[in-house]
Amino acid sequence: MSGTFTKSMARNIFYGGTVFFFLLFLALTFDSHREFPKRDNSQNLTPEVIAGKKIWETRNCIGCHTLLGEGAYFAPELGNVYTRRGPDFIKAWIQAQPTGTHGRRQMPQFNLSEQELDQLVAFLKYASEIKTGNWPPNIEG
Amino acid sequence: MQYKSQAVAKPYFIAAIGLFVGQIVFGLIMGLQYVIGDFLFPALPFNVARMVHTNLLIVWLLFGFMGAAYYMVPEESETELFSPKLALAMFWIFLVAGALTIVGYLFVPYATLAQMTGNDILATMGREFLEQPLITKVGIVVVALAFLFNISMTMLRGRKTAISMVLLLGLWGLAIFFLFSFYNPHNLVKDKYYWWWVVHLWVEGVWELILGALLAFVLIKVTGVDREVIEKWLYVIITLTLVTGIIGTGHHYYWIGAPEYWQWWGSVFSALEPIPFFAMTVFAFNMVNRRRREHPNRAATLWALGTGVMSFLGAGVWGFLHTLAPVNYYTHGSQITAAHGHMAFYGAYVMVVLTIISYAMPILRGRAANSNKAQVLEMWSFWLMTIAMVFITLFLTAAGILQVWLQRVSTTPLGFMATQEQVSLFYWMREWAGVAFFIGLVVYIASFFVNGEGEGQAATR
Repeated sequence: MSGTFTKSMARNIFYGGTVFFFLLFLALTFDSHREFPKRDNSQNLTPEVIAGKKIWETRNCIGCHTLLGEGAYFAPELGNVYTRRGPDFIKAWIQAQPTGTHGRRQMPQFNLSEQELDQLVAFLKYASEIKTGNWPPNIEG
Repeated sequence: MQYKSQAVAKPYFIAAIGLFVGQIVFGLIMGLQYVIGDFLFPALPFNVARMVHTNLLIVWLLFGFMGAAYYMVPEESETELFSPKLALAMFWIFLVAGALTIVGYLFVPYATLAQMTGNDILATMGREFLEQPLITKVGIVVVALAFLFNISMTMLRGRKTAISMVLLLGLWGLAIFFLFSFYNPHNLVKDKYYWWWVVHLWVEGVWELILGALLAFVLIKVTGVDREVIEKWLYVIITLTLVTGIIGTGHHYYWIGAPEYWQWWGSVFSALEPIPFFAMTVFAFNMVNRRRREHPNRAATLWALGTGVMSFLGAGVWGFLHTLAPVNYYTHGSQITAAHGHMAFYGAYVMVVLTIISYAMPILRGRAANSNKAQVLEMWSFWLMTIAMVFITLFLTAAGILQVWLQRVSTTPLGFMATQEQVSLFYWMREWAGVAFFIGLVVYIASFFVNGEGEGQAATR
């Protein structure tokens, strides 16, 4: 690291390399945007789904659950819960919380209305139809 | 202390350590909730505890970075800080805003908090690590801009070193990429795609510039090695960081609905991400071995070496462990991820902030280094916390491997909760390792209160 390789050369490589790879990243991002419509299930982004996403966010569901593998690891994956459990089970489950079973992990009661429950389920259905490269490996998430 | 205005760093460091304690307390609570599911329920549900745990981490590291910048930049620029008053005002604004946010998390239902704070105007809440109410997010931007203005003006007035340039670049990048936290499209795939522009481009991008600058600064001070040599190393390391790390973002794009070619881009580039961390380890040891002076603050040197080693292990090795797409297919969103997150954050960012605090705090308190007694105590805390974190990581890794096997690989897969019960032994062991970490933290804080003056003070500055 001495001799001919100087600090200003190192600096130039840093700036050049950073700019190059950031531009490459932007190009890949641009291309990803062209590909998104084929994979992101955006044709099913109904007002109901959008309302459901907001319910998902404002109850901080991500603080315990994962969604497409991202979030907290305290409670089950919900990206595929729609296919695992179906709409009726999901609604009944949310309404029945907390179970109060001694020593068992507890989910709060969010007092969602029937309409809000439907919206949340619509969001989970939408999420389950995103093309994720066949993740998760099986139905258990 | 060479410049009077460096003193503003002190409250930042104290606040950082205080919030660190809070973070660990909530971590212990969550660790217990992993095995005693209804512990503190319904008063403190897990999601609230986690939000407090992770948000406190981010905020205390930001306090640490800002304190470090206020300490380093006057010395690097050889001039007083542009406005110490602005720095102090921002300190109080950031602290009060942060405290109010935490109080909000703890005592107001999250949905109500969202309603009260303008989430209906612009919905940004409820995404991992970006749970802050809109007004807090705006506050963070305001504080960051005032801070950057102050630091940039100081630099413009004085000497421009590579270290301060890299630090400034990292800090500006931090502020700029945070702006993506305001972008929350309805389209979940795009939401997740740009969420990583905050999270990944922070911790595996611009924060590493800050990390490199802090480490280089302390190494110059404690080793006396020529600045030219250290700054050249710094450039090489951060080049490797960004060349691998920017496209390495792709390792988060495998399973969220992005195009599948990201499995190749992400795997190849993120497989190279350990290299800059390895270079950092070699760098730290090399500089200390070539030292031209015996700095009386041996604790700071220990933290600097520890940062190199632990960031390589946590971010480099544990990151590589699950970064290749075919492996990540099975490990994504499991306890393996949690294991990596813990050691990477501790090894890279916690330790580098503790390095600069260890170096600067004695000077801010009017001595080159603490007494031998205080340093020995601090070094005990180093080993306690670091070894405890190694065990936390190992136990979570064991839990993760078992989890992946039982739930995702087995021909008769178990459900999530059934799997959790099977691995609870490792969660118990993780919790005990967490208790050891907390003891280490108590020892660390105690090291500030033992008689710090003594032989260290007599040494040269």
